[in-house]
Amino acid sequence: MKPLSLFVAGAAGEGIQTVGDAVARAFLTHGYAAFSTSEFESRIRGGRSSYRIRVADQPHNAPCATADVLLAVNPTAEAHYRSALNDGGLLITAGQGEDADARSAVCVPFQELAVEHGGARIYANAVAAGALCAAVGLPLPVLQRVLADAFAARGEEIVHANAASAKAGYDVALSQLGAQAPTGLPERPNRYTFASAHDVIPIAASAAGCRFIAAYPMSPSTGIITSFAKDPELGVFFEQAEDEIAAINMALGASAAGARAMTATSGGGFALMVESVSLAGMMEIPIVIVLAQRPGPATGLPTRTAQEDLLFALHAGHGEFPRALLAPSDPQKTVEATVRAFDLADRYQIPVILLTDQFLADSYFALEQLALPPGPAKRHRAAPPSMEQYSRYLLTDSGVSPRLDLGQSTHLVVLDSDEHTEAGHITEDLERIRPAMVRKRLEKGRRLREAMEQPEPDGAEQAEIVLIGWGSTRGAIDEAVAALRDRGASIGSLHFTDVWPLPPLELRRDAQYWTVEGNATGQFARLLRSETGYSVEGTIARYDGLPMDAETIVRAFS
Amino acid sequence: MTRIEDYRHDVENQWCPGCPNFGVLTALQRALVALRLAPHEICLVSGIGQAAKLPHYLRANVFNGLHGRAIPAAIGIQIAHPSLKTIVTSGDGDLYGEGGNHFLHALRRNPDITLVVHNNQLYALTKGQASPTTPRGEPTRLQIRGVEVDPAQMLATAIVHGCGFVARGFAGEIDELESLLQRAIAYRGLSLVEVIQPCITWGHHPIDWYRQRLEPIKNDHDPTDRARAVDLALRAPDKLVVGVLYEIPSRTTFGSSFRNRIGEMPLAELPDIERAILEERLARMAVNL
Repeated sequence: MKPLSLFVAGAAGEGIQTVGDAVARAFLTHGYAAFSTSEFESRIRGGRSSYRIRVADQPHNAPCATADVLLAVNPTAEAHYRSALNDGGLLITAGQGEDADARSAVCVPFQELAVEHGGARIYANAVAAGALCAAVGLPLPVLQRVLADAFAARGEEIVHANAASAKAGYDVALSQLGAQAPTGLPERPNRYTFASAHDVIPIAASAAGCRFIAAYPMSPSTGIITSFAKDPELGVFFEQAEDEIAAINMALGASAAGARAMTATSGGGFALMVESVSLAGMMEIPIVIVLAQRPGPATGLPTRTAQEDLLFALHAGHGEFPRALLAPSDPQKTVEATVRAFDLADRYQIPVILLTDQFLADSYFALEQLALPPGPAKRHRAAPPSMEQYSRYLLTDSGVSPRLDLGQSTHLVVLDSDEHTEAGHITEDLERIRPAMVRKRLEKGRRLREAMEQPEPDGAEQAEIVLIGWGSTRGAIDEAVAALRDRGASIGSLHFTDVWPLPPLELRRDAQYWTVEGNATGQFARLLRSETGYSVEGTIARYDGLPMDAETIVRAFS
Repeated sequence: MTRIEDYRHDVENQWCPGCPNFGVLTALQRALVALRLAPHEICLVSGIGQAAKLPHYLRANVFNGLHGRAIPAAIGIQIAHPSLKTIVTSGDGDLYGEGGNHFLHALRRNPDITLVVHNNQLYALTKGQASPTTPRGEPTRLQIRGVEVDPAQMLATAIVHGCGFVARGFAGEIDELESLLQRAIAYRGLSLVEVIQPCITWGHHPIDWYRQRLEPIKNDHDPTDRARAVDLALRAPDKLVVGVLYEIPSRTTFGSSFRNRIGEMPLAELPDIERAILEERLARMAVNL
């Protein structure tokens, strides 16, 4: 099929997510790769929001700024989003507010049809989904199967009302399209997994042995603790803390007593946690922190996306101590990064920060596979019986002390936020102990660096232009590289998941490097320069709150 | 058999000579011996301040974390390891001031931990500024013309929020304090012992001045009488009512619904979750109707 971009637009509370999700799943059920992303305002009702679907034979897991079909459930949404409609694109509306525009429009009175065929206005979503399927050639029974599956638990009557409403919307749209109606899409044998990065974090964390999460609700991170709450079989203790400071300290307490523990927040909440990130560094307590980025400063744009907190996460916390920062780019990478985050945290007894963002939290990727890394989780704890005497901060060549946890054995564990002796007690021995403890902590960072993984190259070995990305911009970069290559450009990419410490890098002096980032100041470019001395040609930056897309990158080279 | 020597350390003590904190330390060591608890069965948690150094002077597991953050850390420890007796020992500035929000919410949660608040009515380690409990009008090294706000009434707050065991002791009466600490540590649920611990360096009054203002709770006090308990608590700072102000039968403790499902073992000792359970969740994300 020709790749399609569909927008479902409306106000918060109008169910556009339900419509979009049903249509995306109908495509997936029919064997097509669907990707969806949501953009919405920070409010419960009203405003403008859209649920965007990209469909193709192969996954295009990246946002698209323009639409082939716009389904607007209210006139305000229509007015706001119609400029995104491609030439020759199709508009589907409820019938109010359409003008004499040259673009073709289909008028489907969603609510009236819902009342007539489903018996209540609530079925307007099914009517809209039906109309959208007609407009893209997706067979009605496929959508009806998806709706039946989604509403099965609510009873036969509701399933039936949804099916009838979907049919009504489908029929009205089809009759208005007439000869313009697309030919039906054939079913394909392909099957995809449809997941968001935040959906998989709790599962990957459980695979890593996580048993404790404390968090304070903050968009776009809240889904993570919610998933643990909804799934008691995972056996993870969860607590909504009174603030982010409590959240991270609860997690640190649990971790010190042996539980693999995590917290999740966004920039503002992470700001509150900063002192405790330093505490984890000093006390050498493993912890995983998900930092789901959104645009700042301060409250910023609570429901939008950004990559503005890279250097903040890197520098958060007073004093000098090692940490790791991992920025996965899709759900599969998120599974792997989450498991690794817990492993690195335990192995080096450090805080590990997983950098995601609203785009990763709220976008659903079409994946050919989604799998856990092999093997059981390693805890890197010491064996109590092997010790005569125990010192929590024993000086070793690697800087890593054998770790026993509070209450693990009869050995006493003394953890201290002050500078401490090997036994964990307060010291002001400035000649011997303080320098040794500083070197111990930093030696862990040097070893950690050796455990960091190289960026993934795509033609970066010989291309004249190399795009450097990190985290969630991967899909947009891949798509832009393909488009620019089609135009004859010699271009490749290098994509980082491990953003701190950077692994040893060899950047070619004969290539032109650009970073692609969701921030205005080129934070990764600065990091690269400070670590490697290499100055990139420039940064392709996006900082309006929307995710990076291929169009933005391609435009930079036009 | 645990002996008092088991709880003693050779770690250098940084308190001022003669500090009533030594009385709290002795009372706590004796209470732990009396309860037949061994050092490895105890975890002491503190924040920052002179009182918060106590865990270094008593042989046990220790989490000496950040200023104000002892309570959430203690809650995490207790949830992760329920059989570890978790005791917070820190100052009034730490637990009532910097950590006041955590104190308030700990009352709502009712975790099975004990809070020992060393109340010297000022910030000692930072050299004599007002704390949340400094009486109005009292001059300090910072509030030179006297404190212009009212003291926090945290014992009354605790009682109002249903903290099941609320007591006040005096660092100068070690036997009485030991008995209060024993009862608090043995109590299942959140227990609070505030210890009047005069600061001999920055405080305005000698220890005897406090002793004269002590008002031992009379034998006829019904410790389940919440209104009366609040009334007794609110006599501070003029009269320092000492003894058990409030004690009610243990109620549901924090984390019990989780523990009822999962058992009492430390979270670290739970077996790995079966891979098939997790794989099934990933498989559920496949769209395959």
